[in-house]
Amino acid sequence: MADISEAPHTERYIFRGGEKACAEADMAFGMNLPREACHAKVTGERAALWLGPDEWLLLGNGFNVQLTALPYSQVDVSHRQIGIQLKGNHAADMLNIGCPLDLDDAIFTTGMCTRTVFGKAEIILWRQDVQTFHIEVWRSFGDYVRGLLAIAQKEYM
Amino acid sequence: MGNAFRNKDGKYIDYTQILRFTFDGKIYQGYKGDTLASALLANGVHLLGRSFKYHRPRGIVAAGADEPNALVTVQRDHARTTPNVKATQVELYEGLIAESQNRWPNLRFDVGALNTLISNFIPAGFYYKTFMWPRQAWGKFYEPFIRGVAGLGVAPTEADPDRYSQRFAHCDVLVVGAGRAGLAAAMEAAEKGLRVLICDEQNMFGGSLLSNADVQSTESLLQTMEKLHQYSKVTCLKRTIAFGYFPHNMIGLCERLTEHLPNPAKGDVRERLWQVRARHVILATGALERPLVFPGNDRPGVMLAGAARTYLNRYGVLPGKNIACVVGHDNGYLAALELQQAGATIAVIADVRTKPVGRYIEQARQAGLPIRSGMTVTGTGGYRRVRNISVAPIVNGNIDASDTIRCDTVLMTGGYTPSVHLFSQSRGKLEWKSEQNAYIPSQSTENLSSVGSAAGLAGNDRGVIGALPMTNKSTAFVDWQNDVTVKDIDLATREGFHSIEHIKRYTTSGMATDQGKTSNINTLGIVSNILQKPVPEIGLTTFRMPYTPVSFGIFAGFARGDLFDPVRTTPMHSWAIEQNAVFEDVSLWKRARYFPRNSESMNEAVARECLAVRASCGLFDASTLGKIEVVGPDAAEFLNRMYINAWSKLTVGKCRYGVLCREDGFVMDDGVVGRLATDRFHLTTTTGGAARVLAMMEDYLQTEWQDLQVWLTSTTEQWAVIAVQGPRARDIIAPLISGIDISAHAFPHMSIGEGTIHGITMRLMRVSFTGELGYEINVPADHGRAIWEAIYEAGQAHGITPYGTEAMHVLRAEKGYVIIGQETDGTATPDDVGLSWAIGKAKPDYVGKRALIRQAMQAPTRKQLVGLLTLDDQVVLEEGAQICATAANTPPMQLIGHVTSSYYSATLGRSIALAMVAGGRTCYGKTLYVLMPSAAIPVTLTAPVFYDEKGEQVNG
Repeated sequence: MADISEAPHTERYIFRGGEKACAEADMAFGMNLPREACHAKVTGERAALWLGPDEWLLLGNGFNVQLTALPYSQVDVSHRQIGIQLKGNHAADMLNIGCPLDLDDAIFTTGMCTRTVFGKAEIILWRQDVQTFHIEVWRSFGDYVRGLLAIAQKEYM
Repeated sequence: MGNAFRNKDGKYIDYTQILRFTFDGKIYQGYKGDTLASALLANGVHLLGRSFKYHRPRGIVAAGADEPNALVTVQRDHARTTPNVKATQVELYEGLIAESQNRWPNLRFDVGALNTLISNFIPAGFYYKTFMWPRQAWGKFYEPFIRGVAGLGVAPTEADPDRYSQRFAHCDVLVVGAGRAGLAAAMEAAEKGLRVLICDEQNMFGGSLLSNADVQSTESLLQTMEKLHQYSKVTCLKRTIAFGYFPHNMIGLCERLTEHLPNPAKGDVRERLWQVRARHVILATGALERPLVFPGNDRPGVMLAGAARTYLNRYGVLPGKNIACVVGHDNGYLAALELQQAGATIAVIADVRTKPVGRYIEQARQAGLPIRSGMTVTGTGGYRRVRNISVAPIVNGNIDASDTIRCDTVLMTGGYTPSVHLFSQSRGKLEWKSEQNAYIPSQSTENLSSVGSAAGLAGNDRGVIGALPMTNKSTAFVDWQNDVTVKDIDLATREGFHSIEHIKRYTTSGMATDQGKTSNINTLGIVSNILQKPVPEIGLTTFRMPYTPVSFGIFAGFARGDLFDPVRTTPMHSWAIEQNAVFEDVSLWKRARYFPRNSESMNEAVARECLAVRASCGLFDASTLGKIEVVGPDAAEFLNRMYINAWSKLTVGKCRYGVLCREDGFVMDDGVVGRLATDRFHLTTTTGGAARVLAMMEDYLQTEWQDLQVWLTSTTEQWAVIAVQGPRARDIIAPLISGIDISAHAFPHMSIGEGTIHGITMRLMRVSFTGELGYEINVPADHGRAIWEAIYEAGQAHGITPYGTEAMHVLRAEKGYVIIGQETDGTATPDDVGLSWAIGKAKPDYVGKRALIRQAMQAPTRKQLVGLLTLDDQVVLEEGAQICATAANTPPMQLIGHVTSSYYSATLGRSIALAMVAGGRTCYGKTLYVLMPSAAIPVTLTAPVFYDEKGEQVNG
């Protein structure tokens, strides 16, 4: 069974904007935001997760910069949610007790991310490698998600 | 008592492991590998239950899921009692306790069997005909009576201690049924490297192979299983029933994990729900053997021929020693041959066909078995066990003289019916094949295929359907589980029920947990014969899920106790617990309702909290309010289109109370919106409305207004919100704040600004839901509790008092502020609740505007928000009570409104209430009556503001 641990606190932003703003953001952030649906991009300690055609979740420091030319939206959500790390054997199986997605590593490949559900909670799920998942969840749903993961551990003891 | 009917040749019995079990209190022995049914048969026990309606003695008919009779209760303790399980599906374990059902005082002497004597008076449709009149008798007598006799078995009396689990799974190929065809299909898919999931309801794979006597069947099965287990992408699930076929190839499976264990460990998962999404589904569900319909075919000892083969070959059990066979299909001869080999005497083989030919028939002749063809059965004898059978030849279409033959068992077979339950559930079309006497899968709407005998029957032996020629129709059973006889179907057709849908409901044939597994085709055959119409013209009823009953537990799964629903708590929750707060549920949130001190009652605590807010200052956790950050150059225009209010002129640093309607013009949500910059708004919603407001706004942006450059982000949980309300609020927070001048003139009511509090970044709003000078301090959630405590500390000198949602409700009601969902019920316009002042009348459009223009939406007779004052000022009205213009308390009376909010106001020293009353705003001063069971309570209609009518306090 996989281990559950709290991801260290980090800055978080939701970046929203059109393609041109996105191109400017690439320059300002010093890393390219992923354009491929449901994929995350990692540069050093920072990561950008594609959540929608005009929406990214930015994790890490150094994103708090003002763009100038084009309209966009950047909102600080550092305290809105928490990160939970799931690492080890049966990590995908454990998620599948409450997540209806196909998490086979040939389907939901390493580097993919998506908004989905885990039981009755909405989460953002990001596969960091075959047996490692990063879950982002709104803080008040944290206990619920951890509780359900603990049950999942029992399923795969 | 030994296993008198057991031999040593059961292929899947472990003779080294003896298991003891009890049935109706009596101790028996069986072996590992037995089912409850096979073990009882081995001990010569055929009487297992009483029938549903007539309480007739019933035995074991089948060997699997198609068993209609042998329903028993299996009990581990008072909490773990399962009624209505089929003895044929109960795996034997050491110490198993089973009880028969539907009998009193016991199985052998059952008082309910008197029903048999009056069976002529309880025909099909008896309930419909009898319980019609007199009308008054329904509630007092009929309903309790029907409830008393309805249903089988008794539900457990204690909470279920078992755990249930759920899994989602995906595969390329899902194979349902692990018989010969299913295993071949799974193997082929596995060899292609596909992800395969194969399930079977039994405790081992093999299907009908398990019932065969030949050694080759066993060997090929072993080889297949060995190969299958070598593929890592193949998942094999035994004891797993596919109970439902849902759209887009979603199949529900129920896996039973501990049911077969003598002592499941505490905490073990009992059953697991699998929700499988398959690219392709292969239905290898096989075929069910069809009984024959003749008088007395329900006596214990009358059994399907194929079932007898299963008991013999798989379990080493002979159903009897002197066996009569009634056959309409060649497999009946195979059963007779195998049983004779095993030492039984074959008393007669009565073939209902005139000139049977075939391999097994030839073998039977050579073995010297007494074969008679062109026969029918006129009856059976015996009470708790069949003792004889009367057979008669059909001569020129007439039943000739009958011949009674002694026997202890009757085997019957009418042929096979493809098991198309799941295919039918998938909304696939079935096609009647008269050459097979079967409905077989035709067009499908899903990506599925049927294989093996589930797809249709091989060979040219179509067997027989319907009833055998007979005169005594009242004991010829078609549906054993629901006690339906040929006579009932006869009657139904004579009374005008000609569609199978009507016949099913009138006679109950094919209903309940059985879902017509044994009865469906015979019912069709009988109706077809009576009406002289081909079978397809009679119609076919829908096969309902579940295929066999599944427990409620698997659907509940993990959703119990603390995980029933997410319990959302705020950053200050732990503080409230430490202060002994009493909580209430508001959507998924836990909110502090009041903070009782010492032995205060709720009313006392709420009164104290309200007075403190009015006199000095209160502290309130408003974190649960929904928050959305609206950013982009078109943000103001977006809000113009969404809200009824006008936003363009709202200057940076100011707030406005916004009202949101649905397209139908009814109020959906409300909240304060603050402008942080020309292109950035901080928007708040109600606690319960947060998700739907964001969803509705996103929907409009993505589908209707792609021209707008504006983006939404939920910030509900980014901010902890601390409301500081009361005349001393400014004095308390001023020393903690920097970066904002919060003096009355610099930061008036409805201001918003950014600064720091106690060194932490803050968004400060000067807003009030109490009518007092007030602030809502937004800080990043991690800092919520620390800042709350800092304010609480700083407020000590001023008598700061934490208050809960109940005081909040009273305070806002004193001011006539509405709560969405309390004053409004989804049918209130802004004007109805006194909010027409908020409408930006110059705006070209907003969501709901076109609906509000309609005449009916402006009718003066609509219910309007008003205040109510009881004449006796200590009487607190009941919320939801109806309002009438006169005191007359006898119906019919015209109801003109209802109470929406009602409290005792400590500030005013009297009760107050808000209400929605038709045309209420024109009737201030009038006396109306609030109807209560005891009496009509007189009230005076007033404006919905009870405190500080001029609104001076908020500007303090």
